[in-house]
Amino acid sequence: MEKLLHLIEKQPMLTPAQMAAMLDMTEEEVSSAIEKFKKDGIIKGYRALIDWEKVTQNHVKALIELRVTPKKGRGFEEIAQVIADMDEVSAVTLISGGYDLLVEITAKSFQEIAMLVAKRLSPLDDVYGTKTNFVLRSYKVNGVPFVDEDKDERGFNLI
Amino acid sequence: MDYGKVLNPVIVKEKPSGIRRFFDIASTMEDCIVLGVGEPDFKTPWSIREAGITSLEKGRTFYTSNSGLMPLREEICRYLKRRFDLSYETDEVMVTVGGSEGIDACMRAVLCPGDEVIVPFPSYVSYGPMARLAGANVVPVNTKAENSFRITAEELKAAITEKTKLLVLPYPSNPTGAVMRKEHLEEIAAVLRGTDIFVMSDEIYAELTYGDVRHVSIASIDGMKERTILINGFSKSHAMTGWRLGYACAPKPVLQQMIKIHQFAIMSAPTTSQYAAIAALSQCDEQVEEMRTQYNLRRKFLTSELKRLGLPSYDAEGTFYVFADIRASGLSSEEFCEKLMYSRRVVVVPGTAFGDAGEGFVRISYSYSIDHIQQALVRIEAFMQDIKDGKIQ
Repeated sequence: MEKLLHLIEKQPMLTPAQMAAMLDMTEEEVSSAIEKFKKDGIIKGYRALIDWEKVTQNHVKALIELRVTPKKGRGFEEIAQVIADMDEVSAVTLISGGYDLLVEITAKSFQEIAMLVAKRLSPLDDVYGTKTNFVLRSYKVNGVPFVDEDKDERGFNLI
Repeated sequence: MDYGKVLNPVIVKEKPSGIRRFFDIASTMEDCIVLGVGEPDFKTPWSIREAGITSLEKGRTFYTSNSGLMPLREEICRYLKRRFDLSYETDEVMVTVGGSEGIDACMRAVLCPGDEVIVPFPSYVSYGPMARLAGANVVPVNTKAENSFRITAEELKAAITEKTKLLVLPYPSNPTGAVMRKEHLEEIAAVLRGTDIFVMSDEIYAELTYGDVRHVSIASIDGMKERTILINGFSKSHAMTGWRLGYACAPKPVLQQMIKIHQFAIMSAPTTSQYAAIAALSQCDEQVEEMRTQYNLRRKFLTSELKRLGLPSYDAEGTFYVFADIRASGLSSEEFCEKLMYSRRVVVVPGTAFGDAGEGFVRISYSYSIDHIQQALVRIEAFMQDIKDGKIQ
């Protein structure tokens, strides 16, 4: 089943019939496996990877490191949930190292992100330190190169 | 100067491959999707590139010995044992400039004027010209789709004459993707045992087979090693085409002559590439496996989609080509490719580029990403619909 998940992860646009042919499964097996993955919360959704830098200048992203005091008995769950509920937040991850939570925020401007950190994240009771890293350029997102890919320069020979 | 009169007529008479013109047109077309290339789309695994870089940093920019670096030849022997259960000594191995140089050196070492070389078709384009340049005559064996493009013992027997010196055995096969399993090789071996016929086994695609059973070399069949010149290399298996590195293995009396040719014509294979190849054989089995896995996914995707579009291919078990049957289109191979290129901007190679036996087929390479292949398939589907609708004749 992992093979199917790897394939879906990389090629979500393939039809179940196509996936079935590639993995020596039947179309029905693929379809029902996908249904089950969705039901079990293994497949969380399908999203397009858009390089917004090519579309608009009003798309700014920041990775914000937060130092957080964990709650007794509940650890980081509660604060992580509070932050995850904010619309501007696109990812929340618990990390090891100097900080505890890594929060990804997308907004229309640097200013907007700065205000969000100052007015909504920093004041949270359990947050005692923040470090805001603005994303200047993305080179690869979810395994997909975001810089212009190498041109196919292979020689046109009859081999 | 009347060049036509003074140049070597053997090479003058060789037609520049007909496909050249076709490729030239395609390369000037905007928006063409090409499925024609015959080399991996993967980059050489990083550890191999790094080994090449390190050798340059250390200033290893000398010639190596004619037959190649000893550590590399040792690795080649270990690799052949590990993967194909072949037992070669280092003095039975010569490192060459790609598999192609091995083919040339083999032909020139073995063939005398008037000898006959049996070549199964459709096949890679170099065997015939190389044999003719060595003064020999090519006896074609047109393999059949119903035999999965394998050469059969009967076909071989029928082609053998007193003049037969060499059988070219190019499996896994470019362009058909055909493989010869052990039982098929046994039948060929039974015909050749006790004769003075050599086999040049071009196994450059040996790593790229997809069935349950791995590639078997004819040199591992009883009584065959003494008559086999094995050609292999790093281009396809390790995505190292541009490094130009291969090797030939043969019984010492044969190899000694090949080494002389190599010494006079080449001196030694590129040193940087040789150091890189040591890393390829000692560190990269996993990467080779991963590339094979990816090719196999594409192969299954492409063959099942082509079948859906009415372009069946028999189950090609090796290489990174599908040889698709286009006979239902009513077009010749060349017409099919030309019309597909002009009307839908997709480039595939006519089967006839690999000999007349390729008529009715086109070679489609899956040395491309799934996305690329899928884009091409959308256009091929439209093309097939055009044919059905009578828009293309």
